Amino acid sequence: MSRRGDWVYENNGGTCVAIAGADYCVVAADTRLSTGYSIYTRDYSKICKLADKCVLASSGFQGDIKALQKNLSARHLIYQHQHNKQMSCPAMAQLLSNTLYYKRFFPYYAFNVLGGLDNEGKGCVFTYDAVGSYERVGYSSQGSGSTLIMPVLDNQLKSPSPLLLPAKDSVTPLSEMEAVDLVKDVFASATERDIYTGDKLEIVIINASGIRHEFMELRKD
Amino acid sequence: MAQSFEVPNGHSVEEHDLERTLNPYVTGTSVIGLKYKDGIILAADTGGSYGSTLRYKSVERIKPIGKHSLLGASGEISDFQEILKYLDELIIYDNMWDDGNSLGPKEVHNYLNRVMYNRRNKFDPLWNSLVLGGVKNGQKYLGVVNMIGTHFEDDHVATGFGNHLARPILRAEWHADLSFEEAVKLVEKCLLVLLYRDRSAINKFQLAKITEEGTTIYPRYSLKTFWGFSAFQNPTKGAVGSW
Repeated sequence: MSRRGDWVYENNGGTCVAIAGADYCVVAADTRLSTGYSIYTRDYSKICKLADKCVLASSGFQGDIKALQKNLSARHLIYQHQHNKQMSCPAMAQLLSNTLYYKRFFPYYAFNVLGGLDNEGKGCVFTYDAVGSYERVGYSSQGSGSTLIMPVLDNQLKSPSPLLLPAKDSVTPLSEMEAVDLVKDVFASATERDIYTGDKLEIVIINASGIRHEFMELRKD
Repeated sequence: MAQSFEVPNGHSVEEHDLERTLNPYVTGTSVIGLKYKDGIILAADTGGSYGSTLRYKSVERIKPIGKHSLLGASGEISDFQEILKYLDELIIYDNMWDDGNSLGPKEVHNYLNRVMYNRRNKFDPLWNSLVLGGVKNGQKYLGVVNMIGTHFEDDHVATGFGNHLARPILRAEWHADLSFEEAVKLVEKCLLVLLYRDRSAINKFQLAKITEEGTTIYPRYSLKTFWGFSAFQNPTKGAVGSW
């Protein structure tokens, strides 16, 4: 791999957030696509619907992210033909982990948050690193603005320690509306200080009645 | 230098002398593309630079692809001409189905995205930024892809220096129902800024449009320049300590 140069990757920036509630999941990402100090476009969606109750938000290198999304969508299509049903969110989470680890030594430069509803209809969020380590959590943030957002979510959502026995539920106590408002606030704040986050916020809300989209304008400077 | 090394299962892997692009040789500078009322306009100069030498003065960097698309390229000219060969084959094989279907700009852009990304995965990139514009079934399309496979769509796009110098002008003045004349004026404003500030840009331009009716590539022409600004004539005046 000595022949690999640093030119094979590019960081196109962007921030992703997901919050799981008792009966909903909110997944959000900004729509700015940039490289270095220049912006490619102000309207690029980083969110991909993989199944009826499963969406993926990714930041990192756009080329790798699109390849990853196409791979997962193709695998999901095969799954539907073989099982005559939609893949569950926890199953998709394991598939994503395996897909990322498969390229362990030439990784997808992608930082993912997977959100949706599990088999009980409860909100679920899975958070990843580029090579496939993953964990089910109550909320998460990934990407260029994650350092600004994650501590705020920690402060506002105070999830129970995963070390507790017996295990405590990791979903947040917020209502769906409160969670959406929190997401809007953390993005507006991250946009102030992170040059790779901005332009527009895309929010996807998954609940028993289906998937809903919302948008909010962000600072464009 | 052929290298061989052992891998854990005992098979030896040979790394042969593979030819790959380590850096570009003859390059073209920015391409500008924008949507207007009834189609897409693409524009670029016709210079081919050999490093900082202006080696070729009349290179075609905008070409029609199939019936519904226009392709503009910056970066390595030879790689662009290779890409044109791939696309020729793609369009011909698509035509041979003789089913009345034809590839639109969306399909061609998707093909280019996959080719560019695939070549970077082989560490043998096509050293270009490509702009693809087109119209099919009343749908306007304008997209870009670069040498490592980053790709996106927008209402107006520009590669290289154009992203720094032309896009701010486009963002300020572009709107969806520009007439052809207005769009050409806007493009020429951008080209002129690039001509003044991009040292590898030259004053010979290729302009092309594509609408539902088809593609038109206009004869090459020059823009009227003005070098009489006092700062241009006496650049060191007022610069203390400069000779």
